[in-house]
Amino acid sequence: MFDLGELYHDIIFDHNRKPRNFRKFEGANRMAEGSNPLCGDQITIYLHLDGEVIRDISFQGSGCAISKASASMMTDSLKGKTRAEAKVFFDKVHKMLIGEIDTKSDLNELGELTALSGVCNFPNRVKCASLAWHTLRAALKGDETVVSTEETIET
Amino acid sequence: MTTISNAITSKTCQDLPTPTYFDVGKVRQDFPILKEKVRGKPLVYLDNAATSQKPQVVIDTITRYYLAENSNIHRGIHFLSERATRAYEDARLKVKGFLNASSTQEVIFVRGTTEGINLVAQSYGRAFIKAGDEIIVSAMEHHSNIVPWQILCEQVGVRLRVIPINDNGELLIDEYERLLNAKTKIVSVAHVSNALGTINPIRQIIEMAHRWNAPVLIDGAQAAPHLAVDVQDLDCDFYAFSGHKLFGPTGIGVLYGKADLLEKMPPYQGGGDMIRSVTFEKTIYNTLPYKFEAGTSHIAGVIGLGSAIDYLGRIGLEKIAAYERGLLAYATDVLSVITGVRIIGTAKEKAGILSFVLNGVHPHDIGTILDCDGIAIRAGHHCAMPVMERFGVPATARASFAFYNTKEEVDALVRAIHKVIEVFG
Repeated sequence: MFDLGELYHDIIFDHNRKPRNFRKFEGANRMAEGSNPLCGDQITIYLHLDGEVIRDISFQGSGCAISKASASMMTDSLKGKTRAEAKVFFDKVHKMLIGEIDTKSDLNELGELTALSGVCNFPNRVKCASLAWHTLRAALKGDETVVSTEETIET
Repeated sequence: MTTISNAITSKTCQDLPTPTYFDVGKVRQDFPILKEKVRGKPLVYLDNAATSQKPQVVIDTITRYYLAENSNIHRGIHFLSERATRAYEDARLKVKGFLNASSTQEVIFVRGTTEGINLVAQSYGRAFIKAGDEIIVSAMEHHSNIVPWQILCEQVGVRLRVIPINDNGELLIDEYERLLNAKTKIVSVAHVSNALGTINPIRQIIEMAHRWNAPVLIDGAQAAPHLAVDVQDLDCDFYAFSGHKLFGPTGIGVLYGKADLLEKMPPYQGGGDMIRSVTFEKTIYNTLPYKFEAGTSHIAGVIGLGSAIDYLGRIGLEKIAAYERGLLAYATDVLSVITGVRIIGTAKEKAGILSFVLNGVHPHDIGTILDCDGIAIRAGHHCAMPVMERFGVPATARASFAFYNTKEEVDALVRAIHKVIEVFG
């Protein structure tokens, strides 16, 4: 059955209303822009990468509740993490969004981000939730082209 | 600064006879999909500007074609081929009547409005528009009526000029007047805007362009399902529309063109059916309309479109227009009083489309919540990104109507919008 609460978890509303790390910061040494041309969502991710460690991360942009909450939770989760740890998060979030998460423990490790676990039942919203993550990956790679949800994305 | 007045285009609306009774309950019976449930709720289909639903008679016509008539046209000497050819050419005759074209030679079957515009841009454009010339479109065009011209601009070095719109989403006619000049080689505008619902005063637009000897293409994708069109009365040079928005199949559409223009235009594509004779030294092209119909056409689609036009004819486009006008006015009234709703596109003359934004809620979220109640709308930029930019919004939610929609469905939409507001607090 179809349950709206499955998608719009309270945590999503909270992050949508009060997005964390929603700012541009001086001293960012990595930046990437992402867009979902189909719904007009746009996001910019700012990173301060200190060697392998993400010292600071923030975002700006406009988008739906799902995309904004996903970006907000992502910045919360990754501050202080290494690039390799961020990659693990990316992979797990990706699997969760397409409904292919392996084990419950994998899900638990995602913490608050599990609020996005209902997205897999709404295929046309997967792009909303994954935009920030693909943009992050471009920022980590130092790729300055604009990330689009309409390009083939390798998993 | 004047905006286009409603006195011009609205012949189709204002000169309507007093509408006779329109039984929406009865026409709904003609559309089997309207009985479907979506997520356990009765389907409320308000995405007709994207594509319309199909009446049983169209579905049956296509099925019968594949069951009993399938054959290639214009080439077989056998019974089925003759039957399929007759059905195909009968459909062309129906389109001629639908648009009031002066001849079936002027009715070209294409894949849809987009292909019709591309055909004119590439065939007419590359033959008759030269570097330094100008093309005029409007600020409310669908990407399909922008990009084909941009491609031409790049190919031949033409300048694209844009008629601006006011805050209601109406074209600024004075600005259009200023854009027209001896370098203007074609004007291409929408009859009805897909993002705003504005009915443009195309009669006036055509007349003004003709003073500069510039032909006019009308993108009729959003108008054909809602308004009666008379290409001779409008004196338009090209008119394109899509079958799938007109209760017919996807993959088929029509480009109307004045015969004298089509005659002098080179073919758009080469292939079967568009030639009379081929040698390696010289190929002689077929006559109109076949010159522009290369390859085996979407025969079932053409015949299905013919059936849809018959169906609309039985109901009457005037009756449809009158009913829809009432429905759109009702929807506009009840939506505009909801706190936080802003309607995008408030032109005096509109058809079929109600675009809106809701304070603090992204249209995509509105779309998902409405979907949970079985209500299908579209959320996004509607392939009209310049319109979104003009109104300073990234996207809108768009409810678009057909004659089978009801006031009860509009009420369901309103209840669902209240639910969105409640959920998003």
